[in-house]
Amino acid sequence: MHDHMVYMDYAATTPVDPRVAEAMFTYLTPSGIFANPASSHAMGRAARESVETARAEIAAVLGCAAECIVFTSGATESDNLAIKGVARGMRKRGQHIISEKTGHKAVVDACKALEKEGFEVTWLTPDEQGVISPQQVRDALREDTTLVSLLHANNETGVVQDIAAIGEVVRDHGAAFHVDAAQSTGKLPLELEALPVDLLSASGHKFYGPKGIGLLYRRKPEPGRRIRIEPLQHGGGHELGLRSGTLATHQIVGIGRALAIAAEEMEEEVPRLVALRERLTNGLLAVGDVLLNGHPESRLPTIVNVSVAGVEGESLQLALRDIALSTGSACNSASGESSFVLRALGRDDALAGSSFRFSIGRWTSEGEIDLVVERFAEEVRRLRELAPAPLTA
Amino acid sequence: MIYLDHNATTPTRPEVREAMLPYLGEEFGNPSSIYERGRLARNALDEARGRVAQLAGVHPSQVIFTGGGTEAGNLALRGVVLRAVAEGRLGRVLVGATEHSAVLEPAEDLAAFGIEVVKLPVDAAGRVTPETLENEISADTILVSVMAANNETGVLNDTSALAAIAREHGVTFHTDAVQVPGKLPLDFTAIGANLMNLSAHKLGGPKGVGALVTDNAVDLLPLVTGGGQEGGRRAGTENLPGIVGFGVAAEIAMQEQAEHAVAMRELRDELERRLASRPATSLFAADAERLPNTLFFGLEGMDGETVQMGLDRQGIAVSTGSACHSESTEPSHVLTAMGIPEALARGAIRVSFGRGNNMQDIDALLNALDSLASALPTGAMQGGGPVGW
Repeated sequence: MHDHMVYMDYAATTPVDPRVAEAMFTYLTPSGIFANPASSHAMGRAARESVETARAEIAAVLGCAAECIVFTSGATESDNLAIKGVARGMRKRGQHIISEKTGHKAVVDACKALEKEGFEVTWLTPDEQGVISPQQVRDALREDTTLVSLLHANNETGVVQDIAAIGEVVRDHGAAFHVDAAQSTGKLPLELEALPVDLLSASGHKFYGPKGIGLLYRRKPEPGRRIRIEPLQHGGGHELGLRSGTLATHQIVGIGRALAIAAEEMEEEVPRLVALRERLTNGLLAVGDVLLNGHPESRLPTIVNVSVAGVEGESLQLALRDIALSTGSACNSASGESSFVLRALGRDDALAGSSFRFSIGRWTSEGEIDLVVERFAEEVRRLRELAPAPLTA
Repeated sequence: MIYLDHNATTPTRPEVREAMLPYLGEEFGNPSSIYERGRLARNALDEARGRVAQLAGVHPSQVIFTGGGTEAGNLALRGVVLRAVAEGRLGRVLVGATEHSAVLEPAEDLAAFGIEVVKLPVDAAGRVTPETLENEISADTILVSVMAANNETGVLNDTSALAAIAREHGVTFHTDAVQVPGKLPLDFTAIGANLMNLSAHKLGGPKGVGALVTDNAVDLLPLVTGGGQEGGRRAGTENLPGIVGFGVAAEIAMQEQAEHAVAMRELRDELERRLASRPATSLFAADAERLPNTLFFGLEGMDGETVQMGLDRQGIAVSTGSACHSESTEPSHVLTAMGIPEALARGAIRVSFGRGNNMQDIDALLNALDSLASALPTGAMQGGGPVGW
């Protein structure tokens, strides 16, 4: 057993970057800018200014206007606001929405809640590499479709969808296009004004910012293209009425700083991560009868998801408890279900049940990758010898 | 800078900040992850839930963490009423006329679903009387929401009497108690409410976290779904640093409440005494039972916003009412509901004391008010109507 636990679960959550934490601290002291950003006195105005500076910083990174950014408590709330908000707000035009079977729980559950309200949802299934094609979306669009909601990058496999091509299809039709970019924001460049995307969700704690803060990008209204969003909560009219509630200054400063750092370092960090990812992928696959899940190229620099034939998932997870990894989304871990994402990709129950998500990040080193590969190889071989299960691969 | 606006928000207490730091550093696990780091996060979450539960006088399972007091208020109102609507039950929702916007606005929005929203009239001190509720409550009432303490005047409602009436009629009772913790004792069970919302940043905790306390019998339609956190009642990765901070703030607020209340009341009473002898100054609801830290007063013939800005220039932060309405030019809806004439309501200033305030702050405030008044044209302080300066 190794005493030191290797963290390979950056897709579940990331540590707050010390530079971000430092920026947040001053807002948490009595001598700092603690006032309510809605207060009109000088202290309140200073807090408001900090909020707006962060908003502008975020907008600059994402390539949009500052007023397009709405702060929420996280990507789950952003997804709910976008999906429920648009569906309910556009109800008079139609009650059909399109999403995917492989969506994050936040997207799937928001859509399911709408089904209970009488909306009809078409659930797209990606191909065996996890890809959803623009044609699939075109085929699913109907006259009464008001919203298409997809993940930019899948949280389990890291597969990245071609949101530009899909967005064009949706735009031609006239429905709203929502993208959950919780996994890709800060890792892939986004130029939102140039993308045919109407709404986009992101979460601070996925890119070394704090938990409990997220954002929803909302495209500026265009002539003849008005997308009405019904807020989830009312009371005070904050965030242009889309999201009432006292703004958490320190959290907003934190997410702003975190995204700015991610953007500044992206050019150097992404090639480093891709090299680590490839080293990890090759190492894991070299064990034999280990299958890479999802598209081999069109994926995030940070996620490697594999199915291991001939071993029981739980046994391997137990054996690898010195490595913090995930057998799917952390948000599913309580249910113990084998990944619905991998089953949607055509993996059988056994393979879906022995699938592992390794997700790397800012503090992942080559040494850690090598250690993880070594431990993985060791335990897979041991378990296969111990209880040879039929190879289903 | 003299900060006299603690009902708008409070500085995060140093102990709270210290407790949050590890969770902004090494202890960054996702409470939903099953490995060691995730379990540590889960333990911290449970501990904080226990502390907030203790503050409210309930079992930890009765605490739902949210993204703030406003979300908690929305979860209560929309959660209960939209569940009823989904089941085909339409009816009435009764809310106090002086509620905070976190209750008033979600209530008003319910009209779009076919709900009749009734604003309960208040007495001259801004209270919903048991008689009023008795008169308005009916067989088709789905929910009653009356705040425990008003954010502008500090006036307390007799929530346990109101909750009892609701209970007799089988109606769900919600109370917005965000202003109470740390200032007065709070006991959800003693009130007999079904739902109660709290906010961390009003009691020395961080912004961006709140809680809805529930009797666990109320069936809520969640606002945010996806991931099943908080017993399926509020989805989303938990804001662990915020929740931990809330827990510590709750514990300290409870421990220090009695002592703090005495200190606050001393300041408030002193300011009240000195304001009472000023010309053309009215104290709002001064005879009613109130929060010990809050004083809302009117300067006849003066414009509250102008006074507020004048004080601000002299380094004193007060408000003209709710921070959430600071951009509005309407007089306070609380004062309007209390029947205060508009001319006086427009000259309203709220002082809310907190930790760190002292008698010198009162001297500074009164001196600053004097200098502002002397800058006015002669006669203005005798109530000459709106003054345009």
